[in-house]
Amino acid sequence: MSDLVRGQRFAKKNAVLGCLASFVVSIAPFFMFAILSCSTTQAAPLTGLRLIPAFARKYGLPCSACHEAWPKLNAFGQTFKDNGYQLGNDRDAPIWQQPAYWPIAMRITPNWHRESVDRNFVDDPNNPGAILEQKTTTHGFDLSGLDILTGGTLANNISFLLVPSADNTGAFHFESAWVRFDNLLHSPYLNIKVGKFELDNLLSEKRILTLSDQGGLYQLYHFVPVGDSNIFGLGDNQLGAELMGHSKNDRTRYSAALLSSNDGNVSVPNGHGYDAFLTASQAFQAGGLGLQRVGVFAYFGRSPTYYLTQDGAQLDGLGQKSFYRAGFLGMWYIKKLDVTTLYMHGGENAFLGTGTAANQPLPLGARSPQWNGALIESHFTVNPQFILINRYEFIRMSQQALPIDPTNVFIPGVSVPSSDFGNIDSLTFGYRYYPFMHSRAGFAFHNEYAIVRQKKVAPVTGLDVTSSSLFLGFDFIF
Amino acid sequence: MKTNLYKSLFAVAFLAGFVALPAVRAQEAAVGKLTGHPDQGKQLYRRYCIGCHGPRGDGAGENAPYIDPKPRNFTQATFKCRSTPTGSLPLDSDLYSSIGRGFDNSNMPSWAPLTDQERINLVAFIKTFSPRWKNDKPGTPVTIPAETPVTVQSIQHGHDLFQKLECWKCHGPEGRGDGPSAATLTDSNDQPIRPYNFAEGSRFKCGSSNQDIYRIFMTGVDGTPMPSFADVIQPNDAWDLVHFLRTLQINREGPERALLKSSGTKLSPIQPSSGGGR
Repeated sequence: MSDLVRGQRFAKKNAVLGCLASFVVSIAPFFMFAILSCSTTQAAPLTGLRLIPAFARKYGLPCSACHEAWPKLNAFGQTFKDNGYQLGNDRDAPIWQQPAYWPIAMRITPNWHRESVDRNFVDDPNNPGAILEQKTTTHGFDLSGLDILTGGTLANNISFLLVPSADNTGAFHFESAWVRFDNLLHSPYLNIKVGKFELDNLLSEKRILTLSDQGGLYQLYHFVPVGDSNIFGLGDNQLGAELMGHSKNDRTRYSAALLSSNDGNVSVPNGHGYDAFLTASQAFQAGGLGLQRVGVFAYFGRSPTYYLTQDGAQLDGLGQKSFYRAGFLGMWYIKKLDVTTLYMHGGENAFLGTGTAANQPLPLGARSPQWNGALIESHFTVNPQFILINRYEFIRMSQQALPIDPTNVFIPGVSVPSSDFGNIDSLTFGYRYYPFMHSRAGFAFHNEYAIVRQKKVAPVTGLDVTSSSLFLGFDFIF
Repeated sequence: MKTNLYKSLFAVAFLAGFVALPAVRAQEAAVGKLTGHPDQGKQLYRRYCIGCHGPRGDGAGENAPYIDPKPRNFTQATFKCRSTPTGSLPLDSDLYSSIGRGFDNSNMPSWAPLTDQERINLVAFIKTFSPRWKNDKPGTPVTIPAETPVTVQSIQHGHDLFQKLECWKCHGPEGRGDGPSAATLTDSNDQPIRPYNFAEGSRFKCGSSNQDIYRIFMTGVDGTPMPSFADVIQPNDAWDLVHFLRTLQINREGPERALLKSSGTKLSPIQPSSGGGR
């Protein structure tokens, strides 16, 4: 028997054993989580997530070469990405590929999930137009969104990414579409990207390891105070141009982007206005512990407060007011354990914070809302095929947009009940098991539980709202 | 019955862990202050290298059939880029540099993004694939004397050596890798192999400095038809040959080509018909 055949048989046997093992392992947490979980929320589109076996096929590397555990990149994968999806070994141009090679991959996650919200608002069947507050729990088999990932090089030092994405109903949009000119003037410090792309967030939401409705996003990246009219999300892909650079081994990185003020929505719905995003980071070795990285980031943006319309449709965003996000992060590796810590401060103009059009007077006592948030996410990579995930986030309002009502009542546009109104705590934990690891496709058994509590936002009682997700999925990409 | 089934499954799973990769023997590696540990290198090998070099290190990974040139077979302990004489084992630092540098015109990328410790751990693990590392010692590194000045005479002499030593038979009269023997060359595994094309290549396999090229003359590229010239040429001759080879890199701006241009020197074409001498 040849080594190849023997290897294939062994791989098959291993895969079967792996599946059995994963099934047994999955049952216990399933029941544990089922008991623990208590509530639900909105359905979560699982789109824009990055893992591209097309690259693995092109270069003959296993997923684990670029991913700590896909889709999370490791240092080698980050360098590959920063170098314009090029390894730099003179085999990067498409001319090296077989004519039949097409740089495409698709990812979707059939799943079972349970969503629960303890104080959800529902329509009052006896009183049209009114709402009630009640606990809702839904569960069942479902689909995630679909990502069609195409990317690679058009020529040496010209790279691209195109990601048509569908939500779980099949409605498509372009999650990413960009072209990048790499290593300009033969320097890795000069790369220019134009199109729709993810901000150079070191903690990438597109490579998040958690998938559930509640845990499949970074709360910090999307938080705006209750009643705020800003639609911006730091985790959303944006439209614009980016100047990015890095040292040859990627230890030093920077990025500066000029972006349209429309949160990545096409057809210039906000009319005019530009945002800026700046980030820089430095990595260093800490003996045998691994590569550590520290970085800073800042986003300065503008958002409209009202619109000029045409036949009822938005024509131009007017009364643009400013907002910002700024923070720093550290990525700490202690052999198989890695911990990411992130702090972020956010602030908005009072018009945005109170949802007031700039051509109208501000509510009495209105101020610019401000908040602080932090995240700690840890992974224990048992081996390239098994990773444990844990994340805790909290967000604390440091200044409410509206005055605090002495009777603890939330009156939209007038007052908020307390200084902690809208604060968030979020906990997510789970694991991913990859039964096989090769360069042709990826498959993961995913099990996760997430719980989010927001202070005093229940629509009727003004109490805290707790939402939770339990998620079991078969995440595959080919 | 069920208990037996579970026992069998666990037994197979337990054994599979041992069969998948060879048991790690105590075989450390050291470069400077770094000490590589094979047990840690094994995990890294599994993550980064196994797809091409295979679980047994024999270059028969799942991607090997699609790769040209083929991945290195570590069980043979034959390495192209060494600082040691031909036929001998390389230094740990040679393997360490190769992993960090990668190999142009192959599927082996630069693994510089890995930490120093990770790379030396990989070296330690790679050394577990062949018993040669237990029985033999690496050779004594070749000495690289100080480079001689780049002069028109040195380039001319290198040109003559290129003719005399019949480098052109493989590399071609203009260094384009198209010599009369080029099409017939195979490596030690009988795989076709192409001679280096100086005109196109931007970087050399074993390093891009003049010292690296000098070293290749003296060590040869084991496992390929490129021999060692350590017993054939003197150090000064080797430096002259380096200077001439630089003039064949028509896409590279270097002092050698600039000197020829400024002095108005035109080298006579290499004559494929005449074996040696001018």
